[in-house]
Amino acid sequence: MGPAASARPSRPSSRSGSMTGRVRFQWMIPHFSYKEIWEQKAKHFFQDHTESNRGGGSKWWGFVPHSRWRIPGPRFSGLRSFRFRHVPSHLHGADMADGPVAQLLLQRLASCDGGLDSLELSSALGLEHQVVVGAVKSLQALGEVIEAELRSTQRWELTPEGQETAQDGSHEARVFHSLPPEGLVQSELMRLPSGKVGFSKAMSNKWIRIDKNAPGGPRVFRAVDNVEDLVQAKLQLVQDGEAERLSEKERNELKKRKLLSEVTLKTYWVSKGSAFSTSISKQEAELSPEMISSGSWRDVKFKAYNFSSKGVLPEGGHLHPLMKVRTQFRQIFLEMGFTEMPTDNFIESSFWNFDALFQPQQHPARDQHDTFFLKDPAEALDFPMDYVERVKRTHSRGGYGSQGYKYDWKLEEAQKNLLRTHTTAASARALYRLAQQKPFSPAKYFSIDRVFRNETLDATHLAEFHQIEGVVADYDLTLGHLMGILKEFFTKLGITHLRFKPAYNPYTEPSMEVFSYHQGLKKWVEVGNSGVFRPEMLLPMGLPEGVSVIAWGLSLERPTMIKYGINNIRELVGHKVNLQMVYDSPLCRLDT
Amino acid sequence: MPTVSVKRDLLFRALGRTYTDEEFDELCFEFGLELDEITSEKEIISKEQGDEKAEGASDVILYKIDVPANRYDLLCLEGLVRGLQVFKERIKAPRYKRIKPNNGQIQRLIITEETVQVRPYAVAAVLRNIKFSKARYDSFIELQEKLHQNICRKRALVAIGTHDLDTISGPFTYTARTPSDIKFKALNQTKEHTACELMDLYKTDNHLKHFLHIIENKPLYPVIYDSNGVVLSMPPIINGDHSKITLKTRNVFIECTGTDLTKAKIVLDVIVTMFSEYCEKQFTVEAAEVIYPNGKSYLYPELAYRKEMVKADLINKQIGISETPASLAKLLTRMYLKSEVIGDGNQIEIEIPPTRADIIHACDIVEDAAIAYGYNNIQMTIPKTYTIANQLPLNKLTELLRHDLAAAGFTETLTFALCSQEDIADKLGMDISATKAVHIANPKTAEFQVARTTLLPGLLKTIAANRKMPLPLKLFEISDIVLKDSSKDVGARNHRHLCAVYYNKNPGFEVIHGLLDRIMQLLDVPFGEDKGYVIKAAEGSAFFPGRCAEVFAKGQSVGKLGVLHPDVITKFELTMPCSALEINVEPFL
Repeated sequence: MGPAASARPSRPSSRSGSMTGRVRFQWMIPHFSYKEIWEQKAKHFFQDHTESNRGGGSKWWGFVPHSRWRIPGPRFSGLRSFRFRHVPSHLHGADMADGPVAQLLLQRLASCDGGLDSLELSSALGLEHQVVVGAVKSLQALGEVIEAELRSTQRWELTPEGQETAQDGSHEARVFHSLPPEGLVQSELMRLPSGKVGFSKAMSNKWIRIDKNAPGGPRVFRAVDNVEDLVQAKLQLVQDGEAERLSEKERNELKKRKLLSEVTLKTYWVSKGSAFSTSISKQEAELSPEMISSGSWRDVKFKAYNFSSKGVLPEGGHLHPLMKVRTQFRQIFLEMGFTEMPTDNFIESSFWNFDALFQPQQHPARDQHDTFFLKDPAEALDFPMDYVERVKRTHSRGGYGSQGYKYDWKLEEAQKNLLRTHTTAASARALYRLAQQKPFSPAKYFSIDRVFRNETLDATHLAEFHQIEGVVADYDLTLGHLMGILKEFFTKLGITHLRFKPAYNPYTEPSMEVFSYHQGLKKWVEVGNSGVFRPEMLLPMGLPEGVSVIAWGLSLERPTMIKYGINNIRELVGHKVNLQMVYDSPLCRLDT
Repeated sequence: MPTVSVKRDLLFRALGRTYTDEEFDELCFEFGLELDEITSEKEIISKEQGDEKAEGASDVILYKIDVPANRYDLLCLEGLVRGLQVFKERIKAPRYKRIKPNNGQIQRLIITEETVQVRPYAVAAVLRNIKFSKARYDSFIELQEKLHQNICRKRALVAIGTHDLDTISGPFTYTARTPSDIKFKALNQTKEHTACELMDLYKTDNHLKHFLHIIENKPLYPVIYDSNGVVLSMPPIINGDHSKITLKTRNVFIECTGTDLTKAKIVLDVIVTMFSEYCEKQFTVEAAEVIYPNGKSYLYPELAYRKEMVKADLINKQIGISETPASLAKLLTRMYLKSEVIGDGNQIEIEIPPTRADIIHACDIVEDAAIAYGYNNIQMTIPKTYTIANQLPLNKLTELLRHDLAAAGFTETLTFALCSQEDIADKLGMDISATKAVHIANPKTAEFQVARTTLLPGLLKTIAANRKMPLPLKLFEISDIVLKDSSKDVGARNHRHLCAVYYNKNPGFEVIHGLLDRIMQLLDVPFGEDKGYVIKAAEGSAFFPGRCAEVFAKGQSVGKLGVLHPDVITKFELTMPCSALEINVEPFL
């Protein structure tokens, strides 16, 4: 649809800003999504076409009262673009470029030096100014035939009442003249068309006087013999186009009396273009089926497309940027041979979330301040009890080569239900299932899903976010393997400069934080966390000795925010998302 | 992760050299620390309370260093310096010794039976002939604070009391009494209060109010007396004023009380190992005897050195390096783990000092060897693990559907799984008891009261936040909702739902209906009863009467569609008609 949309006759852009200046050839839809055009389409069907073309306040050429002057906005053009797309024969000006006015204009232009003013031309031709402007527009659309410079000037005009005054005299003069020598009863005078206004003005001019004690009620008499109707004279000056001979004060006074109004006049200064010619052959806007079947397209001149404008965006839905990034992460894991773990339980027991990971029951993460616990269902009831026993023993007394934490491990604490704080709980379940399969076979797992933290919320932290986790279980995995796989993983994300920092996680040892050098920030930023799961976690599950499990995790939101340049997480996740951002977000190509 | 703030110049003096900020940052990174911030007291105050308050505050440069949560031995300047100096092989790790007092008069702490109900454990030790300076004193107080915040779990597990031994006389008694019977002059108070009065007093104390809950509702409060009835402390809340330590204090009596004996012992070991540096006989700690109600007596601090044997092969294999046993032993020694090669030359004997309570397994030793070797010196290799990838069928279907819903003109949203009760019940014309929602026990705000049972509220809230967008709005989400389910081990499970809404000047039921038809087409479910899908008139509190239908597919009800009830629209702060569809996608797997 691009070129088709570009073929619109050009309109002065809203960005031509100042009222005068070269009219730019630009079609104004680029800032608007298809949604907006869609909306316009809906409007279009309900609106009278003429309303947007010539109706009331939105007429955009010719004279528009100053205060209401509006440069056509983008929506306006959006509407037009739509209409033209569907009704090409209405293509603006297509019928007019070879019309009589355009021809007249070209002939006048051919015989004059320099150029023509559209307003002067209209009065010379005895036409409405807007008809001439229409012709100018249609010629403009042909390309370089003419040049048209938009000019706007302030101009004083008589109001209908002003015109009446210029012709018949001011109200006060009319009152004066209507008074017979013997005067007139005031109540009768007031009934005259100019009575009320004329009376008070004539009084203040001291043209008339009133005798309140006259028999039959107050009576009005002429106070002078002759009057000079200056108001009429001034208005006639304006009518003759000599408004500038009046002082500012005089004009404002007349404006106050609603006899004069100031209008902005928008005219075109038309001159010959580089391809000037008085004979304009009709140009076709678009190729039609008839032209193809008749072959007439061979003889037809087509209007030039404006390739510098933007096309009409296609209608369609959009995927959420965070979900687009999620898709890419899934893709990366799948490319690397990782199998997706089930994570379809936001509700988890403390056991799988913490105890199974050898995270002691007094660990601060298990605090009310950090974790959402459940009121209903408050506790988990079903556990593999022999495994629970091994976990209990390892925590409280050690074993599997460990000193243990030496504390009183309580099942009640492990039963407490919570909203999982990490998907590592799902990894623990997956590894436990793996351990039950005999003989052991190596596994590579991944998951991307929501986790929940009872945290203080700010621009980068929400109570829920997505965790990405990768896990490899095999014999004899080393720290070098963990680093190697992290390197491959991050390379696929377009992150190549890696550095590893010793760290502490309760369930991995050794642990390493992954840092990457950020070119923009000029510093090392943490991009992930990783480690080798502790034997105290793996051996009670029943995994064979000698099997190591390396794992890493990162959040989905952070790389997405960096990728799409989003500073506030609420603009990305949750109902406060800006849908325009969703509509406009590009493809997610992490490695470019 | 705890953050320790140290004065940069003091740190450099103690390290015996200066560093540029970058050099020090690099050293921290290598050692597993993080130089989090370079600041000053003045800067901190001005940031928190404004420039005016910062007037006159110290502008001595502070390093804020993040320390791993299990390294209690690095929570003060003394420990940091010792750790780094040993790491850089500038000093040898000191050996900590528990000694008996010269005069044979060992300090005794007698625990009475009553403590069992509140806080049953206590340990104690004496730092003899210590020399404080302002900096040392501050560090001593700060370390206790850090320990309280971390391993002590905000004093719930362990609370530390330190006393000027010369102001009190043993034997000391650790007991528990009714609060009204406890009366003493608490630290920095001008007069005596009963325990009840103190608890009231501290309700408004920004620091202490956080600890009151630990004993508040107990019938008896823990308290330690000396032989003359002087109160040393009322753990875990406050010490007595009488025995407070000052810069002039030469002999410090330390008691740690708690509910976790292991942690109390670790805390005591950390304090005495760190500050015995300033005792006349460096790194020696005078023992104290603790006598339990059953008559058993123990000497503290334990200051236990433990030996572990690890094969050099194992260390090499787990890291992915090939160092000689001797070189590995040297690496470990740099990590404060004095090690030597023994036996057949492949065994390494490692001595775990009392400062390294974090070493509980060989894997902890392996990590230290790797840190000393330098993580970034390890050769990266790709595991040979060969596996065939599989997608989770539910997620695979979700991914496929998402793309086709977008192709059908609907835009994807991503809304919160947590919401208020109102969102899923009242606003949809339902009673919360009619939902099978799971309820959160400790939500900080109403936004986190329940897990959603339907996706619809999230979509409607998304529309409400985007009312400025051109109409129509066509949105969808495929994500999980949570329902109670007694057949699951945790009593609840997720369901994968698909929800779509159409919001415009007209209800557009036909649009949403058409979307359902399209979805069924995509899922290859034909129209019709039995194995196909049909919709049947139904009622739903969220829907306009007569404008709601239930979706049946493959012989079961999978969801509903219809025009939303005007009350629902209003309650979600919307103004236009809206039609919606919500189905469970799991039956289509």
